[in-house]
Amino acid sequence: MSEERITPAKDFTNAPLCLSGRGVTKIFGLGEKRTVAVDHVDFDFHEGEFVSIVGESGSGKTTLSKMLLGLSNQTSGEILFQGKTRDISSGSKRREYWKGIQAIFQDPFASFNTFNKIDTVLLDCINMRGGKNLSRQEKFDMMTEACSFVNLKFAELTNKYPFELSGGQMQRLMIARIFLLKPKILLADEPTSMVDACSRATILDMLLQLRDEVGMTVIFITHDIGLAYYISDTVYIMEHGKFVEYGKADEVILNPKAAYTKRLISDVPKIHEEWDLSTVDELNAG
Amino acid sequence: MGKKMLEVKNLKTKYVTRFHEDVYAVDGVSFSIEEGKSLGIAGESGCGKSTLALSMMGYYFPPLHYMSGDIIIDGANISGMKPDDVRKTILGTEIAYIPQAAMNALNPTQKIIRFLEDVIRAHDPKADKKEIRERAQARFAELGLPKEVLEKHAVELSGGMKQRTVIAVSTILSPKVLIADEPSSALDVTSQKMVIKMMRELMEKGYIKSMLFITHELPLLYNVTDDIMVMYAGQIVERGSAKEMVFDPVHPYSHGLMGSILVPEEGTRGHKLAAIPGTPPNLKKPPDGCRFAERCKYARPECRFGMVLEKEFGEGRMYRCLMGLDELKEVYDNE
Repeated sequence: MSEERITPAKDFTNAPLCLSGRGVTKIFGLGEKRTVAVDHVDFDFHEGEFVSIVGESGSGKTTLSKMLLGLSNQTSGEILFQGKTRDISSGSKRREYWKGIQAIFQDPFASFNTFNKIDTVLLDCINMRGGKNLSRQEKFDMMTEACSFVNLKFAELTNKYPFELSGGQMQRLMIARIFLLKPKILLADEPTSMVDACSRATILDMLLQLRDEVGMTVIFITHDIGLAYYISDTVYIMEHGKFVEYGKADEVILNPKAAYTKRLISDVPKIHEEWDLSTVDELNAG
Repeated sequence: MGKKMLEVKNLKTKYVTRFHEDVYAVDGVSFSIEEGKSLGIAGESGCGKSTLALSMMGYYFPPLHYMSGDIIIDGANISGMKPDDVRKTILGTEIAYIPQAAMNALNPTQKIIRFLEDVIRAHDPKADKKEIRERAQARFAELGLPKEVLEKHAVELSGGMKQRTVIAVSTILSPKVLIADEPSSALDVTSQKMVIKMMRELMEKGYIKSMLFITHELPLLYNVTDDIMVMYAGQIVERGSAKEMVFDPVHPYSHGLMGSILVPEEGTRGHKLAAIPGTPPNLKKPPDGCRFAERCKYARPECRFGMVLEKEFGEGRMYRCLMGLDELKEVYDNE
């Protein structure tokens, strides 16, 4: 345990902005069924920053991530990508935007097209980066390099289909895709909630390494506050569609100000402190 | 020493696949739980935790098959009983089982009170409806569940409430052993805490005599159970009290597992997470020698031959490794 972590937390206040939002809002339904899923949130994600968005189920994390990815439009507000207002009004513009932002999802089994071989998955990434005219050997070398970055052997994967791999291997293949694409922003939506503790450590280390090598911004969405504390530079805490607290990981987790953050932290079982179960009675009463 | 509520001796069970291959999922597991104690089982996916739970309650439906060993509940040996007999005489009164997705098992067309009637009448066909209702209301009040829940349908309840209701229903006959297989993994932290609080109350008020808690989340086990057992490839590799296991693990595998704990506490950021490379062995053909040797950083040539036996030390602690305690301590200190 004495080994030091790859990168210490950095200060990003002066770094160039990568993705930011002003008054971003998403409303579902009308009239009585009107639900405000994301409520006027402002955020600034800097280049090379590791950001975590933490909240319970139903707090609007996934709705926000869909808007960031450009899979759904915001009801009001503005999202700025590298200082300019993002334009995803047409298919081609949206594809252009996706060269800059990519995602890893929660369920690795649902992330791949079952009919495509792994070679195809990786070749698509190379083509998307403008490597269409490269020679066979060059493409092969790139794929091998990407696979070895995530501790997979390309020789064993070639000609296989994604469903022949285990969950942990698929999730690592997802990261290999990102390694080839080298986007400006990586959005990771609970990428470790379906793998066990050992594979989780491997995946987190890879994400940190990728951030350092490629210099991308990572937006990490999770409900696990311990995980967010370990991995991120900046933490945003989300409750009912609003950011109730944000700041440097150490400040937010070790010295929380908002009542919601305090409750979230006290509800997680710990190993050095007593786990206070008495708060449950208040919740029951309420 | 208290009375032994559950004792498992050298239990071996296997799965038979479609192609008639044997997969030895639980391979020589022995342990016991005393009255009023709880035991946690940790390990990564596919190590045999859930199969052990199913085997212990005599749930031998194909492809799961019983091979050998004894399961003794409060002095009575239930090993080798037919699954149907087990269901009639053991489940509910002796052992209660809560699977991970228990909340999805509630029939949406029935009110909660009907499930309780079902459980009680299965063991006592003459039970009176009114008595059942009173008994259920009393138990629900004791556990801090609102009694209105009894008259509701499953769809009207939240996930956490459903899970707590299922636990209350399955323990209504005050079983001797409660086996909980990842009861809170699908819930968020606040609901998880409520479920845990309720399970603690069940223990404290004596509605269940002992508990077996299965999860891969170690901080949770540390807070819930008295003892922790770590399982790897169908075998127990280490056992000890919760505190000893988290702060002083002996076996290289448990050492790696404990190194991957993430909690929102000071110091979590400072160290690098321990990752164990590789994958567990194929249990169709378990390797000779130590099963962890393939992935172990400290493996030596002799680890790959011959059985590695359990070694006991300290107060009821056990580990399964060729290396001595001092040797292991030395290699961990040198890291």
